[in-house]
Amino acid sequence: MKLSIVNYGAGNIKSIQFAFKRLGVDAVLTDNPEEIMASDKVIFPGVGEAGSAMKMLKESGLDQLIPTLKQPVLGICLGMQLMCKYTEEGNTKGLGIFDVNVKRFSNKVKVPQMGWNTISNLKSDLFKGIKDNEYMYLVHSYYAENCVESIATSDYELEYASALENDNFYGVQFHPEKSGSKGSKILQNFLDL
Amino acid sequence: MLTKRIVPCLDIKNGRTVKGVNFVDLRDAGDPVVLAKQYADLGADELVFLDIAATLENRRTMHDMVLKVAEQVNIPFTVGGGISSVEDVDDLLHCGADKVSINSSAVKRPELINELSDKFGSQCVVVAIDAKEVDGEWLVHLAGGTIPTEIKLFEWAKEVEQRGAGEILFTSMNHDGTKAGFANKALAKLSDLVNIPIIASGGAGNIQHFADTFKEGKADAALAASVFHFGEIPILELKEALKNKGIPVRI
Repeated sequence: MKLSIVNYGAGNIKSIQFAFKRLGVDAVLTDNPEEIMASDKVIFPGVGEAGSAMKMLKESGLDQLIPTLKQPVLGICLGMQLMCKYTEEGNTKGLGIFDVNVKRFSNKVKVPQMGWNTISNLKSDLFKGIKDNEYMYLVHSYYAENCVESIATSDYELEYASALENDNFYGVQFHPEKSGSKGSKILQNFLDL
Repeated sequence: MLTKRIVPCLDIKNGRTVKGVNFVDLRDAGDPVVLAKQYADLGADELVFLDIAATLENRRTMHDMVLKVAEQVNIPFTVGGGISSVEDVDDLLHCGADKVSINSSAVKRPELINELSDKFGSQCVVVAIDAKEVDGEWLVHLAGGTIPTEIKLFEWAKEVEQRGAGEILFTSMNHDGTKAGFANKALAKLSDLVNIPIIASGGAGNIQHFADTFKEGKADAALAASVFHFGEIPILELKEALKNKGIPVRI
């Protein structure tokens, strides 16, 4: 199993690497297109602000590469949001892998949403062995709208897509690497895809 | 539904937990990594590690500890104590910390909050505020509550939100250590005033106190140390009780 984590300078990669290490897989942090293309699985992480993350991604040229990948790709948190069409954060055009927009929660709720929320309406092999309404850890101020590509939904102010799937591309808004044993199970499922 | 968080706090000195810990049969209750794993298994939602020595010599030890925790623990954790620069935070996040907590350094130089949230995102910036009610006025205190300032709690809370804090950890020095309940009035006022999550700290003594701080205090999370460390309140029991009172928790 060759697992790559796309390195474009975004956020806390260590936790993701450790989470896979606990599953017995060494994840390689890389920005090398050949190395990414030659991987069995690819993780697209992201923490921070969408506009500057997208800028870093463009500077590395990886914005062109990612949508062309054929192996399973998992976007996590901001990684998932950047795989969408557009995000209100920094008025940023995304990679357009998922046909959905990303919006900001209103001030009717506390922003960011921070903590453990349930994921429901699960429909993907990514969630094999995970029961509906399982708790996952989330930290985010922006959300992907519920859409046909949703494979999980969560409720915070409204029902939104907390996971997305399109062909070989997967995205999760929550942090499986920080979501206890059930989160690990989802990462294992991704490795098993 | 987003659940209310239960957050044990561990005081660290030279890479070891300081106050005694006696809630399970552990061979080494001084090892923060072992403890953190236990807490994660027992249902804690998040952990806070506070470096109470926070000297320069201690920094490397702290980094080693953070690395080990990140390696072995699969729930989020915050690291606080002695953090005063962007570089400090960069180091800790690279070691695998999810969030950092700043306190005195933010009071001394409020721009630090902007710098951190611009560079790392507000989701990882917790501003800890220690305050004491003096003659009906809540005033911010420094150095573990020992040094009073002229800064008013509610004004400061608003300011840290505007500067980009992602969360506020509010400790009432009037309540800390009393085991008589949290400062729910001040907490509720804070929660109405700002639109970021509030962690209640100081005063936990029994299960009802947690229920009160989530309901009356409108807190998003509750932090405690000794009641957890000495097994006075088992986390699972606490969560079951909260659930029975209609408070959303992760079990």
